Amino acid sequence: MNDSLLRELVPAVIGVLVRRGADFASAEDAVQEALIRALSTWPGDPPRDPLGWLVTTAWHRFLDAARADASRRGRELAVEVEPPAGPACATDDTLRLYFLCAHPTLPQASAVALTLRAVGGLTTRQIATAYLVPEATMAQRISRAKRRIAGLPLDQPGDPGTVLRVLYLVFNEGYSGDVDLAAEAIRLTRQLATLTDEPEVAGLLALMLLHHARRASRTGPGGRLVPLGAQDRSRWDTGLIAEGVTVLQAALARDRLGEYQAQAAIAALHADARTAAETDWVQIVEWYDELLRLTGSPVVRLNRAVAVGEADGPRAGLAALADLDPDLPRYAAVTAYLHERAGDLEQAAELYAAAARTAASVPERDHLTREAARVRHLLCP
Amino acid sequence: MKYLLLKHYRGAPAPVNDVSMDKWTPDEVDAHMKYMSEFAARLEDTGEFVDGQALAPEGAWVRYDGPGRAPVTDGPFAETKDLIAGWMIIDVDSWDRAVELAGELSAAPGAGGEPIHEWLEVRPFLTMVPTVTE
Repeated sequence: MNDSLLRELVPAVIGVLVRRGADFASAEDAVQEALIRALSTWPGDPPRDPLGWLVTTAWHRFLDAARADASRRGRELAVEVEPPAGPACATDDTLRLYFLCAHPTLPQASAVALTLRAVGGLTTRQIATAYLVPEATMAQRISRAKRRIAGLPLDQPGDPGTVLRVLYLVFNEGYSGDVDLAAEAIRLTRQLATLTDEPEVAGLLALMLLHHARRASRTGPGGRLVPLGAQDRSRWDTGLIAEGVTVLQAALARDRLGEYQAQAAIAALHADARTAAETDWVQIVEWYDELLRLTGSPVVRLNRAVAVGEADGPRAGLAALADLDPDLPRYAAVTAYLHERAGDLEQAAELYAAAARTAASVPERDHLTREAARVRHLLCP
Repeated sequence: MKYLLLKHYRGAPAPVNDVSMDKWTPDEVDAHMKYMSEFAARLEDTGEFVDGQALAPEGAWVRYDGPGRAPVTDGPFAETKDLIAGWMIIDVDSWDRAVELAGELSAAPGAGGEPIHEWLEVRPFLTMVPTVTE
């Protein structure tokens, strides 16, 4: 049994402990301890019944901790020592865990960490490594998050929107340390899609699959960023694209459009073009109009301007930028690109350089710096 | 989001309580150190602490001097305008929270046990991963 199969069992085990009377925070701690023990002992001595092993080990951990706590407080242990036979409804348990871990009262970074641990079955150390913070800091972040949601009933329906935002954040974190967070986000979204028939869950899954399909072509040697138009499309993963399109079509057929479905539709249109020149920009602009109607987001208007620039020419794209706040992230990069397309190289070079100064990530900054150098070289070869 | 809080020996605007540390009483120095370590411990407890380090005031400039040659060292230069005293790295949910924490750190006690009101530089990290935007 590999680690990812082991991780898949974690939410179900937490569910069993909670149904036996454990509170969520203690159950989650006990399962984390059992998980860490499994990771060290299973490779040499795999159990015949992994789920049963985890439940038994976690339950004993929970009882030990509860007894220690009870004797410290001089109280009787409140839970039954002999577990009742729990009613089996593991799918509902897991769905509720998603909602609880992404509870709207939690700060985003805490919701992300808690989701990765309780639903994703990652260890605190793995999460800390992935987010480049000390393990002690991550442990505190998680236990504070659990204190914050302590006492919330586990059987309430939650807000799918907050769950999707958390999963989207995890996906965007990509790959760092020894954990592939993008793949983990896909796994968790795929699992969520089996638990609920909310079309936006399918929309997010489709969006992730379509983006993930392009991952290999998105970075060049030395981690340099390769923009969509310059990507080697033969390296796109056609299997993931086909799956993403199928998932998206089924979601769209439900006729309850949301922002993730609209974003996925745009990604699907890109995936559908064999060359950059064959891209159906007119349809992409239409989807951006939908997306704008759904979100009203200035970031969407900025991206829409790029699509308008391709569909109707760079001047039209620049006109579509009117009224947008120039302090918006990537505003300078978009105007630089549109000015270059319009032939204003002087202005484009300056805007690329300005965009590099305000970039939020190293690969983006380096890419924009190269663009500025490239355009300057065109001006004075 | 990670931020670097930079503390300067030199190069920052003058603080309100502008008495250099060598003129404090030993108790005032102890109180300052205690404040700093408690601040770091509190941030660890809130899940926001990443790293903190103090630097010696004196070092040297070093540069490459060509193949097969030892690096050239020079300095320290007394006239250097800017001198970093140390840093703290925090991982917080927002810029506002970073500013709030820098404000608390700047309230560390100095001469007379009064807050130094020291100017700290707050700089966002560039991330290694670009958010998916294409």
